[in-house]
Formats: sequence, C-alpha cells, structure tokens
Amino acid sequence: MVRFVLFRLLQSLIALAILSVVVFVLARATGDPLHMILPMNASAEDYANARAYLGLDRPYLQQYLSFVGRAVTGDFGTSIRARRPVSELLRERLPNSLRLATFAMGVSLAIAFPLGVMAAVRKGTGVDRAAQIVAVLGQSLPTFWVAIVLVEFVAGRLQWLPAGGADSLASYVLPGFTLGWFVVAGMMRLLRSGMLEVLDSEYVKLARLKGVAERKVVWVHALKNALIPVVTFAGIYFAVLVTTAIVVETVFAWPGLGRLAYDGITSRDFPVIQAVVLVTAILVAAVNLCVDCVYALIDPRIRYAR
Amino acid sequence: MPAVIDVRDLRTHIVTRWGTIKAVDGVSFALEDGETLGLVGESGSGKSMTCLSIVRLVPRPAARIVGGAVRLDGDDLLTKSDAEMQQIRGRKVAMILQDPMSSLNPVFSIGMQMREPLTMYHGLRGSAVAARAAELLDAVRIPSPAARLRAFPHQLSGGMRQRVVGAMAIAGPPRLLMADEPTTSLDLTIQAQYLGLLKDLQQRHRFAMIFVTHNLGIVARTCDRVAVMYAGRIVEMGPVRRIFTEPTHPYTQALLASIPRFGVRRERLTAIAGQPPDLSRLGAGCAFAPRCPAAFERCAEAPPETTVAAGHVTRCWLHGG
Amino acid sequence: MSIIAVPELEAQAPVSARRQRLPVVSLGIVAIFVLVALLAPLLAPADPYDQSLRLRFRPPVWEERGSWAYPLGTDRLGRDLLSRIIYGARVSLAAGVVTVLISSAFGAAVGLVAGYYGGRTDAVLMRVTDATLSFPVILLALILAVTVGPSFTNVVIAIAVILWARYARVIRGQVLTLMTLDFIAQARIAGAGAWRIITRHLLPNTLNTLVVLITLQVGYVIIVEASLSFLGAGIPPPTPAWGSMIAEGRDFVTSAWWVSFFPGLAILLVVLAFNLLGDWLRDTLDPKLRQL
Repeated sequence: MVRFVLFRLLQSLIALAILSVVVFVLARATGDPLHMILPMNASAEDYANARAYLGLDRPYLQQYLSFVGRAVTGDFGTSIRARRPVSELLRERLPNSLRLATFAMGVSLAIAFPLGVMAAVRKGTGVDRAAQIVAVLGQSLPTFWVAIVLVEFVAGRLQWLPAGGADSLASYVLPGFTLGWFVVAGMMRLLRSGMLEVLDSEYVKLARLKGVAERKVVWVHALKNALIPVVTFAGIYFAVLVTTAIVVETVFAWPGLGRLAYDGITSRDFPVIQAVVLVTAILVAAVNLCVDCVYALIDPRIRYAR
Repeated sequence: MPAVIDVRDLRTHIVTRWGTIKAVDGVSFALEDGETLGLVGESGSGKSMTCLSIVRLVPRPAARIVGGAVRLDGDDLLTKSDAEMQQIRGRKVAMILQDPMSSLNPVFSIGMQMREPLTMYHGLRGSAVAARAAELLDAVRIPSPAARLRAFPHQLSGGMRQRVVGAMAIAGPPRLLMADEPTTSLDLTIQAQYLGLLKDLQQRHRFAMIFVTHNLGIVARTCDRVAVMYAGRIVEMGPVRRIFTEPTHPYTQALLASIPRFGVRRERLTAIAGQPPDLSRLGAGCAFAPRCPAAFERCAEAPPETTVAAGHVTRCWLHGG
Repeated sequence: MSIIAVPELEAQAPVSARRQRLPVVSLGIVAIFVLVALLAPLLAPADPYDQSLRLRFRPPVWEERGSWAYPLGTDRLGRDLLSRIIYGARVSLAAGVVTVLISSAFGAAVGLVAGYYGGRTDAVLMRVTDATLSFPVILLALILAVTVGPSFTNVVIAIAVILWARYARVIRGQVLTLMTLDFIAQARIAGAGAWRIITRHLLPNTLNTLVVLITLQVGYVIIVEASLSFLGAGIPPPTPAWGSMIAEGRDFVTSAWWVSFFPGLAILLVVLAFNLLGDWLRDTLDPKLRQL
C-alpha cells in the first residue's frame, strides 16, 4: 500500500514539473504587463528601468529557475498590479475557494447519494423518474444563467439570501447551490447505474440467500461496490468545481481564486497568473492522489495488484 | 418420519413482453433428513427457478409465485411474511450458486463475509465469531483457515471460493441445502473433491439436499433420488437406480441415450430432436409431445402423475393414467 | 411453435415502450436548431446588428408595449432579440460541432495508439493525457483571449486543446479491452501491421463509444463557449452569442428580464436536446457506457 502511494506521488510530481514549465510560458505569453502599469507617456528608459526592477530583463531560463526555486519555498513573487506578495493574495483567496468547493461538494453528495441509491432500488417508480429529470437538467442548465436568476430573485427581490460576499454561512448557499448543481446530476447518475449493475450481481443474490436484511444488502453489500466509479468522479468533480468557479465567483462576487485569476489575467500580472495556475494544478493533483488512495482502500483488488 | 421439505403443486409465473411464462408449473416432491434429490433438465426447464421459489427469491417484479405450498418441517413458507422469510433464509434453507468467481463480494474479506451469517444466525460476537468462522473453514477443508479469514476473494482459487461459499451455507446448519450446479465452473479434478465434501457435510449435519444439475454422471454419484424436469414440470421422478436402469418417460430415455459412453460403439451421437419449447406458448397437452418419438393422440391432453413403481412416478400416457 | 427458450433466471420486467422509440423530441429540437443556424438569414425577422435607440428594452410580444416586429423583445441597444438568438445559434452550434470533431479525432487517435502499443508509449501518453485533463479550460481560454484577443478560433482552440484528453482516456480503455479479444491476435497472425489493425479492427469497434461521447460533449462545449462569452473571453461583440447576450442583460434582470432569459433558455433547450439524444444513443448502441 505504501509503495502504491509513493509511486503515485512520484507521478504527480513529474506531472507538476511539466506543468510548471507550461505555466511559465503561458503567463509570459499574455503580453507585456508594463503597458498596464506604466503611464502612457513613459519613455523607453522608464520601461527599461521598470523591466530591470521587476527582473523581467533576465534571460528566460534564469527567470524560470528563480520562479521554481522560490515557488518551492512558497514565495510566488510580488503581484505586479497589487504590489503585494502573491502568497499573501493566495492566502486570502484560496481558503475561500476551497471552502466554497467543499460546501458545494458536500451538499451535492448529500443529495446525490440517497437520490441515486433510491432511484436504483426503486427503479421505474416516481423517485427514479424525478431523479432522472434532475440529472438531465443538471447537466444541461447553464450555471451562470441560473446564477443570475437566483441572484436577482432570491437575493434581490425576496431578500432571503445574500447576493455576494463570503461573510455568513447564508452567503454560501446560492453560489454553492449553483456550483454543485451539475455535480448532483453527474453523481446521481453514476450511483444509479452503478447500483443497478451491482444489484444484479451474483454476490448480492447470495447475500439475500444468506438472509441478510434488504437494507443491509443495498447500503452495505451493494453500495461499496458501486462506489468505485463514484469516487473517481468525485475527485474529478471537485477539481472541476475549484477550476470552473471563476464564473460563479464573478456572478456572486466571491473573493476566491477564480476572481484572482480573472483579474490577474486581464492585467497580465505574471506572478499572479503563474501562481494561480500552479496552485490549481497542485490542488487537482493532490485531489487525484487522494482519490486513488481512497479507491485502493475501497477496492482491495487495486491494493494487491500492481 | 416427517419430511424436511414438502413441496406441493408449486407454480411460479414470469410476466414478460412476449407473454406469461410458466417457469414452474405444478412441481411436487418431498425430502427427508439426509436425502438428496437431483433436479435434472435443460436450461429453461425450471430447475433453478424451483429452488428460488422455495426461498421466495424469485426475480421481482416480473416473476411471481402464484400457487402451491412449500412446507419446511411442516411450516408453509409461502404464507410467511417477508421478515419471517428473511430469518429463514440462510439459517434454515441455504443455497450454493454456480459461479464461485462472482458469488463472493469482491470488496469484503472472507472473514467479514463469514462473520455475517454467524452473527445473524447465532448472535455470536467478538472472538467467538472468528473462532467459529475458522472452524467452519476447517470443516470445508480449507488449509490455514485463520489466515484465510483476512484474505479477499480474488486471492483464492475457484475451488477454494466454492468451499467458502459452502462454509457459509452450513453455518446454520440448515435443514435444506440447495446447490445450483456448484461444480460446473470448477476443474474436473476439483469437482470430485467438492462433491465428496458436500456428501460428508450432509452426513454430519443430516440436512436434505437438492442438487440442480444437467450432468447425469453427478446425479448417479451423489443423489438418492432424481427428478427430471421439462418445461416447468417434473416428468419423471424416482430412485436413482431405477431411473437409470428403467426410465419410463421418453424424455428421460432420450437424455440417457444421449450420453456418450466409453466402450460402446455408435454411429453417431444421438441428440434430442427439435428445440426447447417456448415457455410462453405452452399448449394444454404434454409439453414434450412435439419432440417425442412416441407421441400419439392422447398427448394433446396433459398427462397426470402416475405411479409406475414404489417411489417412481412419471407423467406420460404411455404408462397409464 | 416458436423456438425461444427463455433462460430461467433472466426474468426481465416488461420493458416500457418508451425506451425503444426514437427520441423524437430531442431529435426534433436538434434538427430545428441546426436548421435555424443554417438558414439564419432567411429566418431572422430583423438584422441582428441593427441598433435603434428608440426601441430599447421593448418587451416580448405578449406584454403591453410589445409588438410582432420584435417577438421576443429588444435589448439594450434596441436590437431584436429573436434575430440575435437565431444568429447566436450559428455561433454556438458551430463552436460545439467543430470543437468536438477536432478534439475527438485527435483524442481517439491518441487513445488508439496508446491502447495498441501499450508499455512505455501508453504510460507516457497517459501521463500527458492526465496532465491535460486537470488543466482548467476556462483559465486557458481566458489567457488566450487576453493574449491573442477573443475570437471564435481561439475559443475552439482553447477548448479542443483540453477536451481531446477525455476521448483519449475513454477510447484507450476500450482498446485495452478489445486487445484481449482473439480477433486482434488473429489479425496479427495473419500478418496485419499496426496501421491496419488500428484502422480496420480497433477503430470500427470504438465508433459506438465515439458517437455517444461526441453527442454528449457537444452540449458541454456549448455551455463552456457560453460561459466564456459571458466572461467576455469568447466571441466578441457585436457578433450575437448567447453567453454575451446573457451578460449584457445581467444588470436588468428584474426590469428587462427577457434580455437574459431567452438566450439562456435557448442554451438550455439545445444542450438538453443533445444530452437526451446522447443518452438514447448510449442506451441503444452500448449500455455498458453508462458511466459517461
């Protein structure tokens, strides 16, 4: 088991290394940040000075190495636009994004699990139909559209929930719901199809023959087997949540990573862009690693195979 | 001695898009302690469905038991509630399925799967469970039983898995054990061992056994009586010796004739002419008539069960009725 | 007397008639939108770029100040909403179809190669695929938009560059299964080379999966394109794109609700139709793909 984890860790690190190069190149590709921060009538000398000051006149390889070197210690440089250390900005914004994603994920799973299992157990009945409708809608609705409507009506007209900011628990609800909607759809479908398949299997039949109560057959014997693909997708979805949060964060004025990225990109703020993409990638890699480990925990066949 | 299991006129129907299938159409038999009944027939003859009907685990919602009585030690199982049936399954009536690869839950250890029946049937806890589980594994001749408890199904061979399933089946110990082609997926060399194991267990615990198979050789070795099924009905039933030496029903005769035998020269292998019947379109007469070489006008009417000799019954107009 | 022998334990509940029928509704919706996109100039009642300050924020025809000249109302610049939605269909469908075709072709190729050769090739390709999969599409598109400027091509590139990985993963999985079957070994024995085996034997067997995936992904791409346009990184104005139309109407949701509502509804209908169609295709062609 330990070997398994270490091996996966190594693979993740390699992937990250490749990604850091890509990130570096991409950030530089957005253009020259100096156009944004220097006044219109700045002279060539001003440009040269600013460039030297920001270290942008060094050869690319050197810039890359210093970027990596400092990134490893947590120093992502200074935001060109905000004049503050990027790590500080990250520290402010990242937790917000994580919290929102976790909230959305938690709520979605809490809804998707019982719905998916019941839809399978009571296949063909009202519950099943309702679940299928939810699933299809969830994957077809454009989230930002729903978000706008929600902001206007629930927050604006009805004043039930706050429209923006990340202050209270209540302010998590709308953005969380908007974000998590499609997760509910996807998860529920997966669970339903997984359960349907497992409920048909020989070992479930044998469990019933042994006299195991139907409840236990469904929620213990069957579910654990159906979880396998669900776990994989849960990881993917979490990563997707964090990365597509840009749109939701914009609509709900959520002070998270997405907004930071958006502002950074539009102002060609290299350090910020690099940092955000890198952090996102690390996050995704970490989540994938966790998923693989949970996967191995659930399915012993993975553990002992190589 | 009262019968352990007494099935009377059991009927199970399956509703499909193409019509209603009479999967089990009036099956009756009785077994005593330590007796083994072989249930023989082609696919679709109703052998497995009969066993599932006994424990009321027919695949719902399409299949339903529509009539008859199933008495276990005098108690009619068909009148019991779901909760009562759940108590009976496994504990009083156990079943072994065909494919050992898929009978065991791949994500739970052997120990956990063995613990379950022990806790459910006997309320054992803690170390008593592990001890008893190891005992059971030992009873089915699995080496190093204690270590095996921690293993997972994919780490065992097919033969061992089937033994584990057997161990779980005798955890009750049950009054009736139904084995649905338990050796079909095993290697030939293992088959004989497994059959021997089942007989030993039966000797020890004195349960009645129903052995579903299409292999007449196994029937000859392990069963006391045999019932031949066709299209949901028992067409002939009797002591093994008699059925093999003096089969009365044309279908039984055809089955026996189609077994290739060493030392007997034959021009070609005899197969049974025609195709298995469409169970949703059974007529009122004998179901085998279309394929029967000896069919005559009377066969348009369903033959009743007639006693040919002591303990030997048949459903064929050729033998009175 | 028929020859069906029904297996004992495989009792299936009566299959409801719905499943077997063609998904008329979704096919119809898809067909309608495709036609609308193709025949836009003929169908649109007005010029989608035609501004009129006088006709700003007119409501749909069934409300008080509405009129049949602009059935779904007008937007901030007095442009007819219906026409803009019709033209917007061009953008969305084109983006969806083109992106999906490109990424599926490339992704399937990668998947086929990785699955066939296995070993080191497979490992390397899969690492790249995984890394690609974890890259946020919207971020990439934003960066492209900022660097090179927002445009249709950039949207397609940004999405396709990441989307192919999905196809690669799935196709590779399929190929791995196919490789265990005997007919591949037989082809090899018969002397078939890699190219022949991949194109003649493996590819046709993965077509079912591809078709299902493609149909299901079109909806996804349309939503991503709309999200990008919404953020300002997609198709630039004044070209009508549903996403940017929603963004334009964002501040007037209570007063001029139709400006944001109808484009959103259009997106919903199209994506819903494609998803339902994809589901039906999957159930018909290969139910084992339930995980998609």
